[in-house]
Amino acid sequence: MSELRRVVTTSTNRWRKIEGTAPWLLPLLLAFPVGVGLLGAALPAFGYMPALGGTTLSLAPWRALLAEPGLGVSIALGVAAGLVTTLLSVAGTALFLAAAYGTRFFRLGRHLLAPLIAVPHAAAAFGLALLIAPSGLLFRAAALLLGFDRPPDLLIVGDPLGLTMIAGLIVKEMPFLLLVALAALPQADPERRLQLARSLGYGRIAGFLLTVWPGVYRQIRLPVIAVAAFASSVVDVALILGPSTPAPLAVRLVAWMNDPDLTRRFEASAGALLQLGVTLAVILVWLGGERFAAIARQRMSEAGRRLARDAMARPVAALPAALAGLAVLGGLFILAAWSFAGFWAFLDLAPRAWTVGGWARVLGPAAGPLRTAFTVALAAACLALVLVVLMLEGRRTSAPGGDQSRLPAITTALLYLPLIVPQVAFVFGLQVLILAAGLTPSLPLLVAVHLIFVAPYVALALADPWFALDPRYERVASSLGRSRLAALWRVRLPMLAAPILSAFAIGFAVSVGQYLPTVLIGAGRLPTITTEAVALAAGGNRRVIGVYALLQTLLPFLAFALAAAVPRLLWRGRRGIRPA
Amino acid sequence: MNEDAGLSLEGLEISLGARRLLQLDRDVAPGETLSVMGPSGSGKSTLFAFIGGFLGPGFSASGRIRLNGRDVTGLAPEHRRIGLLFQDALLFPHMSVGGNLLFALPPHIRGRRARRAACEAMLADVDLAGTFDRDPATLSGGQAARVALARTLIAEPEALLLDEPFSRLDAGLKDMVRALVFTRIAERRIPAVLVTHDPADAEAAGGAVVRIGGTPEVSRQSKGAA
Repeated sequence: MSELRRVVTTSTNRWRKIEGTAPWLLPLLLAFPVGVGLLGAALPAFGYMPALGGTTLSLAPWRALLAEPGLGVSIALGVAAGLVTTLLSVAGTALFLAAAYGTRFFRLGRHLLAPLIAVPHAAAAFGLALLIAPSGLLFRAAALLLGFDRPPDLLIVGDPLGLTMIAGLIVKEMPFLLLVALAALPQADPERRLQLARSLGYGRIAGFLLTVWPGVYRQIRLPVIAVAAFASSVVDVALILGPSTPAPLAVRLVAWMNDPDLTRRFEASAGALLQLGVTLAVILVWLGGERFAAIARQRMSEAGRRLARDAMARPVAALPAALAGLAVLGGLFILAAWSFAGFWAFLDLAPRAWTVGGWARVLGPAAGPLRTAFTVALAAACLALVLVVLMLEGRRTSAPGGDQSRLPAITTALLYLPLIVPQVAFVFGLQVLILAAGLTPSLPLLVAVHLIFVAPYVALALADPWFALDPRYERVASSLGRSRLAALWRVRLPMLAAPILSAFAIGFAVSVGQYLPTVLIGAGRLPTITTEAVALAAGGNRRVIGVYALLQTLLPFLAFALAAAVPRLLWRGRRGIRPA
Repeated sequence: MNEDAGLSLEGLEISLGARRLLQLDRDVAPGETLSVMGPSGSGKSTLFAFIGGFLGPGFSASGRIRLNGRDVTGLAPEHRRIGLLFQDALLFPHMSVGGNLLFALPPHIRGRRARRAACEAMLADVDLAGTFDRDPATLSGGQAARVALARTLIAEPEALLLDEPFSRLDAGLKDMVRALVFTRIAERRIPAVLVTHDPADAEAAGGAVVRIGGTPEVSRQSKGAA
């Protein structure tokens, strides 16, 4: 008996120790590779990397970089993509919420959001291409109405200004920001504030934007900045929809990084630092724009114009978000149609014949990459979940006063670091260091790098529900003689099954969608369904693209479907636990 | 004096599904406060939502609400000109005290200086002169309640709806804020409806008192849906 008690006590003490150090483990685990990766890019940028034969400091990499033709255009494309994507995504999000909050349309949008989030960037980009290309579905419909019989001679996919690329980014980033904004909405007290504004005579849109939105935006600033950083340095969407004459800076960097001539990597390192500068500049401009917008909002609010007659404006305001959602869902449908299409001539809205030939041909070669993507995503999401639970529980129980309602700002900022520093800058540095250390690409290495991007999303998804659970349930368990660990296992984790599973699904989807880290760290030896799909962009075989993009979408869909179904099965007949 | 002046609640009947929640037929003269009393969840907030224009789907309501001769029954809240005071002051935290008032001040008062002067005067009227640039978060509970009153009044509402506006105040402050609210209502000759469960509120309001009550089942449903 006393033996048993001793074992229980030591395990409890060990758990206490883990809890004590846990709050800092994950943030540092994420920030460390970012710092090291940037160092790994910074040294070769100035000529120093003995593993690559560079032993003296020099500015030669920068001279080579600046001599690249069209560098200015490449930079401008990154800046434009970052700013325009962010501005339109934020504006579309704010206007949709303002126009639709409290209506039936709003609840519909809320239900459609999860599947939109699950679609990987590459699949959404392919779907958009098949919708809006000159021979795509929209022009076929237009041809029927307007009577032309040949695809118009327009450069839409790959246009030199990058407009299609920016559209491809917006259709994915707007739903993402909507999801984040919806999570932040309750803290902004939307119902009563809107009632108050309307009782003062304000229309719905003006009332929401002036009283509720500022409270929402303050909470979603970091995700917004992450969107700006991502769009300014995006690679996969740019490869599918972006211009190539010249391509955006990040795309050109990847080509140099993968050049068989290893000396190109010095130039690529300098380019990685330049990309870091470009992204930083985009973020600074955005922060300046925030100031400007705040002043404009204050002016408007203090002038007291009510804009009460907004019934006609509301459908228009909700339109951008609705279009983004339609583009992603419509893209999925047309990808599915192409994957089963036999002969499909221009002008026909549907194929003349259907076939499973495309699927039969592709499934064999796709099986390996599909398995790799699945294994890596499963491992990365599981690891992330364990680390995040340790961090959150450690944070919750070690906080002064015993209870914590949210993550401290410094932790959140560290969690966001890998999402804000451009991937292409620090993952390339990691690749250089891995090369220097003589490591070869392997699954564990790939899982470790995916973890850097998966863990932040898992942490951010789980933090709010974790802190929101009434701590008295565990106090009841403790008062019944259960250990803290038992209370965690028997009370907290089961009660939070739904948010835990949906955080897992988000992490899984993030891992499946990773293109750049997979290409750089896998060095071509660990292809996943995502790298294979993006590689098809140049070929333009729509049937094969359709199959790959659908397979790529299938994995996260399954994860989200499981996350929705399991709690329902687990807690059927338990009305007190509402599935998320 | 116009005989249409004031707020008329003509044959109001609100039901949730097949269950009738409340019935009311009253006129509220300018400057008077009608107190609607009932235990929590007796349908008070449903009445509040109906008069304010926020009744959720699922409720069916009949009857007319006339305000100074206008039929406002079918109007959106932004066209009713009925001011609200909630349990909490609900000052917008991203605006200064003055910003909260400027937001409510009608746009026909033009020019930065004139608008600021109007707000300063209103603040002085609720004994809060000199607080224009303050952060609302630095105000005491009683001060915040008075700013909320100032914000509602400066919008020149034709009627007021008060939803237990004193229930969160300390006992000592309660009397002071109550007195201030009801004097201003009387001075400005605004018809007001107060929903409360505190008899002292109704007594201080000095006007007619209506009691509405419900079985516990009704209470729970109306609370959940309102």
